Amino acid sequence: MDFTHTEDRRMISDSLRRYLADQYGIEHRNQAAYEAPFHDASKWAELAELGILGALVSEEQGGFGGDGFDIAVVFEELGRGLCPEPMLGNLLALRLYAALGQSERVDAIVAGTARAAVAVHETDAFVDLDEIQITANGSGDSVTLTGRKSVVYGGNSADHILVVAKNASGLGLYEIAPGDAEVMGYAMIDGGGAAEVILENTQATTLSEDARGIIEAALDAGRLALCAEAVGIMDVLRDTVKDYLLQRQQFGRPIALFQALQHRLVDFSIEIEQARSIVILAASKLDAEDRALHIARAKNLIGRAGKLVAEEAIQMHGGIGMTWEYGASHYAKRLIMIDAQLGDTEDQLRTSMELAAA
Amino acid sequence: MDLNFTAEEDAFRAEVRQFLKDNLSDEIVAKMRGMEELTKEDLESWHATLQSRNWLAAGWPVEHGGPGWNATQRHIFDEECCAANAPRIVPFGLGMLGPVLLKFGTEEQKAEILPRILDGSDWWCQGYSEPGAGSDLASLKTKAERDGDDYIINGQKTWTTLGQHANKIFCLVRTSSEGKPQEGISFVLVDLDTPGIEMRPIRLLEGGYEVNEVFFTDVRVPVANRVGEENEGWTIAKYLLTHERTNIAGVGASTQALAELKMLAAKVSRKGKPLSTDPIFMAKVAETEIDLEAMRITNLRMLSADATGREAGTVSSMLKIKGTVIRQAINDLARRALGPAACPFPSEEVIGNLAVAPPEAARNAADYFNNRKLSIFGGSNEIQRNIITKNLFGA
Repeated sequence: MDFTHTEDRRMISDSLRRYLADQYGIEHRNQAAYEAPFHDASKWAELAELGILGALVSEEQGGFGGDGFDIAVVFEELGRGLCPEPMLGNLLALRLYAALGQSERVDAIVAGTARAAVAVHETDAFVDLDEIQITANGSGDSVTLTGRKSVVYGGNSADHILVVAKNASGLGLYEIAPGDAEVMGYAMIDGGGAAEVILENTQATTLSEDARGIIEAALDAGRLALCAEAVGIMDVLRDTVKDYLLQRQQFGRPIALFQALQHRLVDFSIEIEQARSIVILAASKLDAEDRALHIARAKNLIGRAGKLVAEEAIQMHGGIGMTWEYGASHYAKRLIMIDAQLGDTEDQLRTSMELAAA
Repeated sequence: MDLNFTAEEDAFRAEVRQFLKDNLSDEIVAKMRGMEELTKEDLESWHATLQSRNWLAAGWPVEHGGPGWNATQRHIFDEECCAANAPRIVPFGLGMLGPVLLKFGTEEQKAEILPRILDGSDWWCQGYSEPGAGSDLASLKTKAERDGDDYIINGQKTWTTLGQHANKIFCLVRTSSEGKPQEGISFVLVDLDTPGIEMRPIRLLEGGYEVNEVFFTDVRVPVANRVGEENEGWTIAKYLLTHERTNIAGVGASTQALAELKMLAAKVSRKGKPLSTDPIFMAKVAETEIDLEAMRITNLRMLSADATGREAGTVSSMLKIKGTVIRQAINDLARRALGPAACPFPSEEVIGNLAVAPPEAARNAADYFNNRKLSIFGGSNEIQRNIITKNLFGA
């Protein structure tokens, strides 16, 4: 056994950490995250230059990484830096384009010259692929799509949108140009952009008529990314709480000296280590047969640990932890909202129970 | 033992319910259900409606314009108001300063100030916490120095809720640095128009604006504006923190929030079925409901013990801890029920035009984040545990 990352992964992790610390301070982050286009396009280009996007797909697919651990190290640092760039949407799109051998798209995204997003959710199908209602109309080259895709991560800033839709053989994957649909972007409560995508006889290119397997795999890669992002956030929150307890004086002493608070910090630190462990396990299983079970377990644990850490971090800060001005409150918000993305604690529990019984 | 309300109490409930039905506008109910911020006018207008029936100052005695209700009546009134989605009564004048003046104020202070609270002439806010004095409130530093018949006040207060609407503030100030910190504090009433006062907004994590910082620079206030004796303000502060305990558990508000949660769960779907049929999610709802049901009885038990004078501090601290934990659990479930539809920042555009989530639930995530304050303000739950510990060990 060896729990150390390879030299290459350590390098990308270090350079991303330094870049975000230097270039993406919390004030700039909050400005970018909540004002249209809800990210900073110049930073996106620089992140691409650093190789962050290339790390998310394999060498034969046009990148230089693509393993579970590549995704995990990148997203852990994105979490640590509370980066609002539309990485999740582009990760999903990259994985799908790569799986389909769409090398032109992969190259453009890796180079930072194009962005993409994946439209999966519908208002009555936020979690389960079986509930998707939008159906591809027509076949071959002349396909149109009608309906609404909801909460499309990064959809507001995408040059290409991949749409998951039903067809005769199951679930297909179609590409549209955002200009051919009505794309209504907005900020998310924890910053960063998403969009409602309204399709009305929207012309679409068929990428695959039988895409269920690669869609599930891409969503699991997204879940792993969210879990790793959460670990990066939790590390920051633990350090912030610890520093605050040491610095904040009440009753004539640092509040770090109160055992009631010490034990709570310890309890949530233990949960963070548990979270880190299950993400390592899940990352190692991204290409394994039992991938789905391990990813679901990881995201369930992350949801529970994340809620504990976020709520305790706010509570142990007192009033200051409730303010917009204080950075930790934004970390706590992001950590809580990660649970809502791509299936929450309960959804993952359902999946874990089903797959463990199977 | 008899857990039933009396016939008189049932009749009173019916009367309150009818009044609310007749007087509460659909517009306000929609705002309340959607957790929309109420305007100053919304709140003032609701106060005036209640005052027209003499029901505004629920805790005040008849001779000062209150309805003279007992604790059970107040509980019923609160339950019905919450169930009808009526606005919360702004507590600073009616629930805080009013009772303080009734107990510690001079006849002149009562005669001058209480009617102006009732008729809405004054909107009071609270100047207690300071940047360096939160849980350790007694370490407050805002100083009031005597200069003839005036105090000169210098310092800073924070977390002043709805101060942006207020024209008056009641403050704890340091009038002596002798002895224990608790012994040099006075309770002073200040007109916010006085030169030298500056109020600055604090934005909360979910994006809302309801609290403020208040800066005092050489603010001149007549000594006659002090309530109680000089250096005895701590007694008043403690009285205030334990007095208003009828609604501290928030049973009515939590009951209504739980009802909304169940309606939402029936409306949204998971795996093609209403979330309300999903055992994993609904098990958590059921557990929370069980806790709330017990809390309802705990609250009533404590209220009836009130008459025989049980340990007030422990009771109100218990109710505050358990009540806020339950409310936050409901908020958590209400946010989760939406899945990713909880993600959009609840702008007017997102709620009104895009309707990603059902409109009454569009602010569920924001409300969840905002209500993290419940276990922090009014004496954090950690401080409440300290109070109970002290009482338990007789320390």
